[in-house]
Amino acid sequence: MESKPTLEVKDLCTYFFTKGGVAKAVDGISFSIEPGKVLGLVGESGSGKTVTGFSILGLVDQPGRVVGGEILYRGEDLNKVSSERMRELRGVNISMIFQDPMMTLNPVLRIDTQMIEAIRAHENISKKIARQRAREALGQVGIASPDERLRAYPHQFSGGMRQRVAIAIALLNKPDLIVADEPTTALDVTIQGQILYEVQKLCSQTGTALIWITHDLSVVAGLADQICVMYAGKIVESGEVNAVLDNPMHPYTHGLITSVPSRNKRGVPLAQIPGMAPSLLNLPKGCAFAPRCKWSNSKCHEPPDITLAGSDRRLLCHNPIEYENNNDSRGSV
Amino acid sequence: MNNREIETPILGIENVSKRFVKSLDLAGKIAQKLGANVREEIVHAVDGVSIEIQDGEVVGLVGESGCGKSTLGRVVAGVHEASDGKVLFRGRDVATLEGIEAREAALKIQMIFQDPMSSLNPRLRVQDIIGEAPVVHKVVDPSEIEDYVAQTMTRVGLDPSYARRYPHQFSGGQRQRIGVARALAVQPDFLVCDESVAALDVSIQAQVLNLFMKLREDLNLTYLFISHDLGVVEHLSDRVVIMYLGRVVEVAPTEVLFKEPNHPYTKALLAEVPRLDTRARRFAPIEGEIPSPIDPPSGCHFHPRCPNATSKCKEETPLLREISSNRYSACHLNDEY
Repeated sequence: MESKPTLEVKDLCTYFFTKGGVAKAVDGISFSIEPGKVLGLVGESGSGKTVTGFSILGLVDQPGRVVGGEILYRGEDLNKVSSERMRELRGVNISMIFQDPMMTLNPVLRIDTQMIEAIRAHENISKKIARQRAREALGQVGIASPDERLRAYPHQFSGGMRQRVAIAIALLNKPDLIVADEPTTALDVTIQGQILYEVQKLCSQTGTALIWITHDLSVVAGLADQICVMYAGKIVESGEVNAVLDNPMHPYTHGLITSVPSRNKRGVPLAQIPGMAPSLLNLPKGCAFAPRCKWSNSKCHEPPDITLAGSDRRLLCHNPIEYENNNDSRGSV
Repeated sequence: MNNREIETPILGIENVSKRFVKSLDLAGKIAQKLGANVREEIVHAVDGVSIEIQDGEVVGLVGESGCGKSTLGRVVAGVHEASDGKVLFRGRDVATLEGIEAREAALKIQMIFQDPMSSLNPRLRVQDIIGEAPVVHKVVDPSEIEDYVAQTMTRVGLDPSYARRYPHQFSGGQRQRIGVARALAVQPDFLVCDESVAALDVSIQAQVLNLFMKLREDLNLTYLFISHDLGVVEHLSDRVVIMYLGRVVEVAPTEVLFKEPNHPYTKALLAEVPRLDTRARRFAPIEGEIPSPIDPPSGCHFHPRCPNATSKCKEETPLLREISSNRYSACHLNDEY
């Protein structure tokens, strides 16, 4: 197992220059991911998780721009490469799975046309071989009778099937890195199970690194090795998945975990985070979470620095929750 | 606890079916005349469902997309008419009521939808969205409507000073609260919540779920809570109904269902639910897809995906039978006992 990371993001900043001001959608985040590993990027809507994914693939559109930081793919800074080089990488080395498979698929082209096109755009091979590869890819994601299905149009597939086709296209060229943006959010649990199964198999077999962007902590719990929790454009807590979920140190992570229904006792009111996520155009001074945090104090008016808590654990908080003998020292506050 | 035998349930669903027919267009009709193999497509969205809901109870209705749970909710709320069967509100068939009584019954059952943005009129101010129905139905006097709207907004946790705003000026969670306030404004007894928290972020979802529970206590509401999210249903419901392709496959009190599911589909569904406590899972999928409701499998609808299917499952439709007190399941595997 090589330990060199597939992707290293350092201090990435993606801002949107709107009429109302500058929205710092992603504001100085850093993380890295190694081959064969799954990184769960968790956050609520507007936290910047999708923009992070788009930044990695160079898909940020006007009025947004990556304004700082480095995105190192095997040591190559994706921010600095030419658009030709980016096109070479995209789809072969790095691919993306979107939430809505209809965004990936062209509704007026047959599946085979789209898949063969994706292969031949990057490799000089005959249509026949490309077709064979497409067929194998469909089989790989568990689509029955792939020959027939290749000749179908996207609207002839159900939602789960379409998402599997989108995943098959993402896998076509055996990428080293897949960015998956809420790929199972719109799907039923049984279909979600099937897709998680395919993805997990792929990562362990081919050493593909996977960034799984979601708002659903429970999916990440079962799938990911590492977890990054985003809030208002910043990673507020990151670390190994068990450590973060069992002993959340950032009050926001703690709030997220306790507000998931299944963990709480039935009939008892859920622990809730008061208020709502702040507008990116009008962030509070200092820690962005402070107005919703029950442990905030005067220190929180200053922006917190990233602190290391344990070898692999990074934290952005002035008053992290501390654990002693498995008891939250401020448990009943 | 209420005595089930004596009290009339607040809502009785008796053998309700809902079919949607896609009729042939002109070209289709001509083709049919000429002997082509085309026919009208009939979707059995809901197929002979019976449920009783007691006063003050929260019943969770769970199933995957296309299983007919939303259609059933709409039939209950009076949005769709049932093709067959009866919906009884406090023991009386809603379809046979007339005049004031019919209107009363319709008002007492209200619905809260999944997407608050598409269920709120974007051109109306919040005070009109909430205040229109109670005035029209003479729940309150027009002169008192402002106070009444303010009171309703406070009840669902909205600041009454926002009454003159439009829906787009609110966040997702607040919009859902407007939807709840609109339903509550006509003083219903029964709420049908169709995926009402599915579109919300976790922290906001917790806020809205807590609101539902508080309202239940304050106003003695009864809920039919439709969701695909088993975690939410487990948290909120007293009893859970599981549907698959238009039919009810299992009914059980929440705790029992989550502890010992009986029907193979329920078991599979529960196994697939991602949970915070299960780490580094090896995912193993339920085989196959949900079949199309236009052409459902014979016998037990679940048999092509069921690990325990026998030849009997292909031929005979299992009936929903009581397998122990208050527990019902539709599976041939229970026949042996």
